[in-house]
Amino acid sequence: MNEIPTPASIGLSREDLPNSYIGRSVPRPSLPKLVQGRATYTDDVVLPRMLHAAFLRSPHAHARILAIRIEAALAVPGVVRVFTGADLAKVCDPWVAVLDHLKGMKSAPQHPLPLDRATWQGEAVVAVLADTRAAAEDGVAAIEVDWDPLPAQTDMETALDAGTVVIHPELGDNLVFTRTATKGDVDAAFAAAHKVVEATFVTGRHTGVTLEPRSIIADYNRADGMLTVHQATQAPHMMQNVFAKHLRLEESQVRVICKDVGGSFGIKVHVYPDEVAVAAMARVLGRPVKFIADRFESFASDIHARDHRIKARMAVNADGTIIGFDVDDLTGIGPYSVYPRTSAMEGNQVVNLVGGPYDFAHYRCTTRVVLQNKAPTCQYRAVGHPIATAVTEGLVEMAARELGMDALDLRRRNMIRDDAYPFTSPPGMRFEGLSHHASLDKLLEMVPVARIRADQAEQRAIGVHRGLGFAAFIELTNPSPFMYGIGGARISAQDGCTVRMDPDGSVVASSGVTEQGQGTEAILAQIVAHGVGVPVERVKIITGDTLNTPYGGGTWACRGAGIGGEAALQSALALKAQILEVAGAMLQAAPESLDIVMGHITDRASGAQRMSLHELGRIVYFRGDTLPRDLPRELVQTRHFITKEYPFAFTNGIQACWAEVDTDTGMVKLLEHWVVEDCGRVVNPLLVDEQVRGGVVQGLGGALYEHCVYDERGNLLTTTMADYLVPMSAEMPDIHVGHVETPTKESLLGAKGAGEAGTAGAPGALMNAINDALAPLGARVLEQPFTPARILAALGRI
Amino acid sequence: MKWPALGYLRASSLDELWRALGDGAQILAGGQTLLATLAFRLSEPGTLVDITRIPELRGISVTGGVLRVGALTRHAELGRDALVARHAPLLTQAVPHIAHPAIRNRGTIGGSLAYADPAAELPACAVALDATLVLAREGGERRVKATDFFTGLLTTALEPGEIIAAVEFPLAGPSQRAVILEVARRSGDYAMAGLAAVLDLGADGRVTAPRLTFFGVGDGPVLATRANAALEGRALDAAAIAAAQAALDADLDPPADLHGPPAMKRHLCRVLLGRALQSLTPATEQAA
Repeated sequence: MNEIPTPASIGLSREDLPNSYIGRSVPRPSLPKLVQGRATYTDDVVLPRMLHAAFLRSPHAHARILAIRIEAALAVPGVVRVFTGADLAKVCDPWVAVLDHLKGMKSAPQHPLPLDRATWQGEAVVAVLADTRAAAEDGVAAIEVDWDPLPAQTDMETALDAGTVVIHPELGDNLVFTRTATKGDVDAAFAAAHKVVEATFVTGRHTGVTLEPRSIIADYNRADGMLTVHQATQAPHMMQNVFAKHLRLEESQVRVICKDVGGSFGIKVHVYPDEVAVAAMARVLGRPVKFIADRFESFASDIHARDHRIKARMAVNADGTIIGFDVDDLTGIGPYSVYPRTSAMEGNQVVNLVGGPYDFAHYRCTTRVVLQNKAPTCQYRAVGHPIATAVTEGLVEMAARELGMDALDLRRRNMIRDDAYPFTSPPGMRFEGLSHHASLDKLLEMVPVARIRADQAEQRAIGVHRGLGFAAFIELTNPSPFMYGIGGARISAQDGCTVRMDPDGSVVASSGVTEQGQGTEAILAQIVAHGVGVPVERVKIITGDTLNTPYGGGTWACRGAGIGGEAALQSALALKAQILEVAGAMLQAAPESLDIVMGHITDRASGAQRMSLHELGRIVYFRGDTLPRDLPRELVQTRHFITKEYPFAFTNGIQACWAEVDTDTGMVKLLEHWVVEDCGRVVNPLLVDEQVRGGVVQGLGGALYEHCVYDERGNLLTTTMADYLVPMSAEMPDIHVGHVETPTKESLLGAKGAGEAGTAGAPGALMNAINDALAPLGARVLEQPFTPARILAALGRI
Repeated sequence: MKWPALGYLRASSLDELWRALGDGAQILAGGQTLLATLAFRLSEPGTLVDITRIPELRGISVTGGVLRVGALTRHAELGRDALVARHAPLLTQAVPHIAHPAIRNRGTIGGSLAYADPAAELPACAVALDATLVLAREGGERRVKATDFFTGLLTTALEPGEIIAAVEFPLAGPSQRAVILEVARRSGDYAMAGLAAVLDLGADGRVTAPRLTFFGVGDGPVLATRANAALEGRALDAAAIAAAQAALDADLDPPADLHGPPAMKRHLCRVLLGRALQSLTPATEQAA
C-alpha cells in the first residue's frame, strides 16, 4: 500500500520520472477557460421556450398567509403563470429532514412553497414565471398577500422556555436534536482538578458567499418523460434522487447536469425549496424554467451556519496535563432542518471534535439544536470544526495563562503522541494516523516565535499591542456511509471513475465527484495521467452529469481527492494493465516487462520506447483482426472506491496568527498567518496550498467580518455586500503553508481531504492572537465576529 | 434583482437637459448609487437622463480666485489632478478613501454631493473646505454654501429642476493644514467614523479658522462647532487637543448602526480628533 513511486520516494529527479504527476504542482487545465470567461455556468445555458422564475418572499419572520391575490400579476406583460404553495403541493411531496442515526431528531414537513405560514424572512412564498426575469419581478410586485404577522422566535436562548413561540406546534417544542457524549467521570475529575478554566464562546451566524449564486434550470420533456436539471450543485446524484422522489418520478427519469460551478463551500450541497419549486413548475408546464438567485435572495435564503453559543470548561493539573472538557453547545438552525443532510450535523460535529488534538480522560459535551424564525442553517465549509477548535484552543491558551505556562508547551504535553495510533478519542472518533507533534515542529520551523515575542515586547513599550495565537485542530474527511447513508439518506459514500483510451492514445475519465472551481478535475487528470502513463494534457475529465458519470456522492466533506481520486487511480491502473496486456501480445513481450511512459509503451528495464499508444489504439480499434482472437481489448475500465476501515479519515494541523489590535479603535490588523496541515498524500501542492489559503480567509472572514445580523423581530439587516462584509485581499495577511504527509493506508493514493483545514483553525488562532495582544490590558474577546465595538467594549473604552 | 422598465435619454447640453427634466426623470451621472437602488427597486424613475456628455459640467480650473471642479469630475480624476493637489490638498487625500478603484473611475463629485450619504467623504470635505456649490437651473444659477446645502439624511437644498453644476473651493493658503482620517471595517468601506480636518496654523503656532468636520456619525457632515471653538486661537498642543476632545461630545448625536452603538462613534470621533490634530502638530510638539 501507498507505494506510488514519486521522484522523492525513489530519489530521482523529476526528469527521471516524467509521468509522476502525483505530488506535482501542475497548473489547472480549466484555468484559461475560467479567466477568459469561457466557462459555462448554469446562467449561461439558454434553452428554447425557457421561462424565468422570480419569487415573492416573506417580509415577515413569522406570519400566517391569509390570502394571496395573483390577478394583477397575471395581467403584467410577459407573465405566464403564478404558482402558490397549494398549487405545487399537488405535484410535489414535502420532505422532513431527519436522519435515523441522529436519535430523537425531529423536524417539520417542508413544501417547496409554504401552504399557510411563512417561518422566516426571505422564505419564498409565491412563484411567478415570465418571459424574462424582469417581467417576473414586475409580476411579483403586483401580487398582494394578506399577512397575519405572528410573534417570532429569534433568540436561541429562549427557544426551549415555557411559553415561548413553538414554531411548529405539531412538534411539541422547538428542540430538533440533542446529544451528549460522555467519557470518564467529569464531575469528580473537575472537582479534584488543580484548575478549571471556563468561558462562554459565541460564533456568529454567517454564510458562504459564492461568486456564482444558486442557479437552476429545470426542463421536463413530456415527449420522453425526462426531467433534465442544470444546476449549480456539489452533489448531482443526490439531487437526482431528491427530484425523483418528491416529484413522483423514477430516478432514471431525472438527469442532473452541473457544468461549471462558481464556488460552493457547502452552500450548494443542500435542497432549497425554491429550487425544488422550479423543478415542480417545469414538471407542470413541460417547459424549461430558470431561476438564478440574486444577491439579496442569497443572503436571505442560502443556508447560514455557525450560530452557536458554547459554555465550556477545561480542567488541568498543575503540570499542565489536561484532565477533561465539559461543554454545553446551543445552536439555532432556523425553522426547518435542511434536507437531506439535516441541520443537526454542525452541533453533532462540535460534540465529536472538541478536544480533538489532545489525549485526556474525561469528557462531557452536549449539543442542543433548536428552531428559530431565521434563515435555515446547515453545513458550510468545515462544519462544526471552527467552533470546536476555537473553544478547545481558547481554553488551552486560557489554561496556559492561568498556569503561567507556555501554551505551546501545554499543547505538546497533551497532544496525542505521533506513535499512539490507532487512537480513539473520548467522544469516540477513531484516528488512523495523525501527526500533531510533527506538525507543531514543522510550524515552529516556519514561525519565528522568538523574534515575534521580542517585537511584541518592543511594540508594547510604545503602546502598540500585537499578539501571537495558535490553534491545533483535527479535520474529518473522506466520509464513509457512517455520515449520511446509515441515517437513511441516499447520498453515496462510494465513488467511481471510468477511464478509457481513445484510438489517438488520449484518455478520457468520467468521475462521480464534482468541480466547483477548487480544481477537482485538475487533480483527477493528474492522477489518471500518472496512473495510465500519459502526459496530463492528454487526459480529459468529465464530471457533473448523472447520465454520463459513474454514480457517486459529489464533492463535499473533503472527499474529492481522497475518494474520487482513489477511484480514478485504481481505474487508471486497471486501464494501464489492460493496455499492457494488449501491448504484450503485439510486441510478443510479457506485460510485466513493459511500462507506459508519457504515452509510449516502453521496455521497463531499459526504458526504450517500443510503441506509441497512438499506434496501439490504431491497431486495437481499426485492425483488431490482426490481434489474437481471444485477446481482451477493452480499453475502458471502471473502478469504485469506498472507505471501509474507518468511518472518516481524520487529518490534523496547526495554525498561527500574528495580529495587531488598535486599542483605540478596536480594529484588528492581520500581520501574518501560518498553517501546517497533514492531508496525507498531497496530489498537487499548489492547489492544496491555495485551498488552505482560501480556507484561512473564510475562517478569518467569519471571525472578523462576516455576520448575518437579525434584529429581535427576525428582520435580516445584512442583505447587501455593503452590510455583509466578506474578507477582502487588502486586509488579508501573507499566509504561509507547510505540510506533513501521513497518507491514509485505506487507499493506494493515500490522500485525505484538504479543503476545510484552513477554515477549521483560523478563527481560533485569530481569537488567541487578539487575546494575547489584549492580555496585558486585562481584556479578552470570545464572541465572533471580533468587531471593533466588541473589542472596545472588552477594553472598557465604550 | 432586475431594473424596472424605464426610459433612457442622453442630454448633450444643458438646454437638452432642461427639456428632458420633468416628472419622473432621474439624473444619471456616475450611477454608482443609483444603479444599485434601481436593481433593488428602491427607486422607479420613469426616465434616466444621462448628463455625462454635457460639457458645461466638466473640467477643473482656477477662476475668479476659486478652484472650480465640474460636477462630472470623477473621483479618480479628482485624485490625480494637479490643480486640486495644489489648491485643495484635502480632496487629493480623500480620494483613496472613497470605495474602490472601479467606483472611483465612475463616481462623480456632483453625484456624491447630491446623494449626500452621511458617511461619504466628499460632502464632509466640501463642508470642511467651506466650499460653495453652483446650482444650475433653466435660465440661471445660484450659489449655496456646502454648510447650508446638506439639510438632513440624504436630503439637500437642491430644488426640483436644479442640478449641481460645479463646486467652488477657496484656494488653500500656505498656512492651511488639512487631513482626512477614517475608521472603516475594510479598506473602501463607508467609514464607521471619519474626520475631515482643515485649519490654519500660523507662524506663531496658533490655530485659526478650524473646521473639523465629521462624517458617518450623523445625518450628514457634522461641523464640530464647539470643538472648533475650543481650538480657535490656541497653540496646537496636547492641552488644546484635549480641550477640543472634551468639547466634541456636545457636537455629536450619532445614531447606532450595524457596527456599534452611539457610544462607539463618539469614542472613535475623539480618537480621530486626537490623531488628526496630532498629525498637524509641529514636529517639536510631537517629540514632546
